[in-house]
Amino acid sequence: MRFLLRRLGFYLTAAWASVTLSFFLPRLMPGDPATAMFARFRGRLAPEAIAAMRSAFGFSDAPLLQQYARYLAHAARGDLGISISYYPASVGSVIGQALIWTLFLSGVAVLISFLLGTVLGVLAAWKRGGWLDGALPPVLTLLGAFPYFWLAMAALFVFGIGLGWAPLRQAYDDRLAPAPSAAFVASVFQHAVLPAATIVVATVGGWMLSMRATMINVLAQDHVLYAHARGLSPWRIMFQYAARNALLPNVAGFGIALGFVLSGSLLTEIVFSYPGQGYLLFRAVKSLDYPLIQGLFLTTTVAVLGANWLVDLVAVWLDPRARS
Amino acid sequence: MSLLSPLLSNRKALCGLALLGGFAALALVGPLLVGDATDFVALPLQPPSAAHWFGTTGQGQDVFAQTVAGARGTLAVGLLVGVAVVALGALVGMVAGYFGGLVDDVLGLLVNVFLLIPGLPLAVVIAAYLPAGPVTIAAVLIVTGWAWTARVIRAAALALRRSDFVAAAVVSGETHLGVIVLEMLPNMLPLLASSFIAAVMYAIGAEVGLEFLGLGDLERVSWGTNLYWASNDVALPSGSWWTFVPTGVAIALVGFALALVNNALDEIGNPLLDPARAFLRATGRRRLRLGAPTPVLRRDHG
Repeated sequence: MRFLLRRLGFYLTAAWASVTLSFFLPRLMPGDPATAMFARFRGRLAPEAIAAMRSAFGFSDAPLLQQYARYLAHAARGDLGISISYYPASVGSVIGQALIWTLFLSGVAVLISFLLGTVLGVLAAWKRGGWLDGALPPVLTLLGAFPYFWLAMAALFVFGIGLGWAPLRQAYDDRLAPAPSAAFVASVFQHAVLPAATIVVATVGGWMLSMRATMINVLAQDHVLYAHARGLSPWRIMFQYAARNALLPNVAGFGIALGFVLSGSLLTEIVFSYPGQGYLLFRAVKSLDYPLIQGLFLTTTVAVLGANWLVDLVAVWLDPRARS
Repeated sequence: MSLLSPLLSNRKALCGLALLGGFAALALVGPLLVGDATDFVALPLQPPSAAHWFGTTGQGQDVFAQTVAGARGTLAVGLLVGVAVVALGALVGMVAGYFGGLVDDVLGLLVNVFLLIPGLPLAVVIAAYLPAGPVTIAAVLIVTGWAWTARVIRAAALALRRSDFVAAAVVSGETHLGVIVLEMLPNMLPLLASSFIAAVMYAIGAEVGLEFLGLGDLERVSWGTNLYWASNDVALPSGSWWTFVPTGVAIALVGFALALVNNALDEIGNPLLDPARAFLRATGRRRLRLGAPTPVLRRDHG
């Protein structure tokens, strides 16, 4: 319990740090960022939009500390300002929908990839020098060397455009209304398969190799030898004696890797025009929608922090030492 | 030198180093041979032919020339960022691990916070405010990438700090800087080498990603902008696979070569990962006979 509370305190610190970063970054930029930014929009933006932008950033003539306090208070309430490209919609409402799609797509893909990679790593370490151990690591390393979004482009090209097996864009058929109907669920599934598969293919090698490495270390330990000597079944030794212990460092690494994986899957969304955070980020960059860019940064960070806390829960469940 | 000779006798490492050498040569000499890659030389979206080996882009530029010219831009940024990330990460990690206590607590917190904040969105936030170009990209990648190295180096420095020879150096009156540079740094060379390779891999991947998002200088030819144009023109729906395949394969080959060298470094540093091979290397045998009695290794002192 104390462990989890301490971690929670750390995540709150990290969240505060990222809000602070996103407050000071525009103010630290060379020259006067506010006027430079507004100059870029001259003639293209309604005066009320500029006013909204100013207030969204907390740019005012008040002292810096006072602006900062206001910014923190707004962020704590989830008020991220007004979007420029979707004016007059608030950043919160624009992001809300996208966040759900991203959590769905990345969450499912990362879970599948982690589980699959872990099992493959366990099996490869168990049968050292077998075909799984010999053939898979180089192939997966090569696949992992491609940028995610390039694999996505290739998959889209082959399976979407070439073979016509999968839809090319969006998260569901736009002739369907989002409703809990079988047709809608099927459409969502159809649209998610290709993007999710590319994320899995790009990331599974990393999980497999790290699990294989820790598993090899654990298999060389005395308690595993002792389990063999007792004549326990290979499956029991493999999973209950070796894999469970090897899993711990991997679960800890999982939390940190989440940020990397999420960054990659954001780019994958762009290729598939999948209406998540990544696609929104792409459009925000194109239209220089600064409040939206910052909102996306903050929500993505909070999502990663939350996921890390869940990972901590799993780690506590796996490791009795952390429970006491 | 203790690092170089096992690397050169490792097949994986040799393959990786050869590939990297090829790409380095391409980046150095290639752009001189293919001329200006931004020239419009033919009709748009022509398939590969004798005149244009990799076909032409959606704007009628030569894809082969762009792939070759892109190597320089991308690899230069990757290398620069790799060096800077390792330098910054090593500095922070060493200071934290060496001094410990409050310094370590503060720096450790900073490192962990930066590790958790997802890199791409943070990079986009910073890059969006700066003028587009390779300098911006490099700066952004250094800010978002140093924490991983710092964490690895800190852990190693903590362990080294407790070792007897470092304690002896401290007691003998060596300055802090002297202990760090003369005693600890030489013992971390393998770790620094693999951190550097990981940093370059990260830098190339993230750079290509940022440019793909449209945050790079679009006038400049690099692997990232190549892919940006390939996805933004009508290339994909019209079936023009040659606009994105060469660049992607080039990126993957560089990444794969770096991974090969890194794996080899791992194997050299940690023989447990491949005990059979380590044993064979130590005994000079070609293969292991299964079912033979446990072999005993004797070192010749002759």
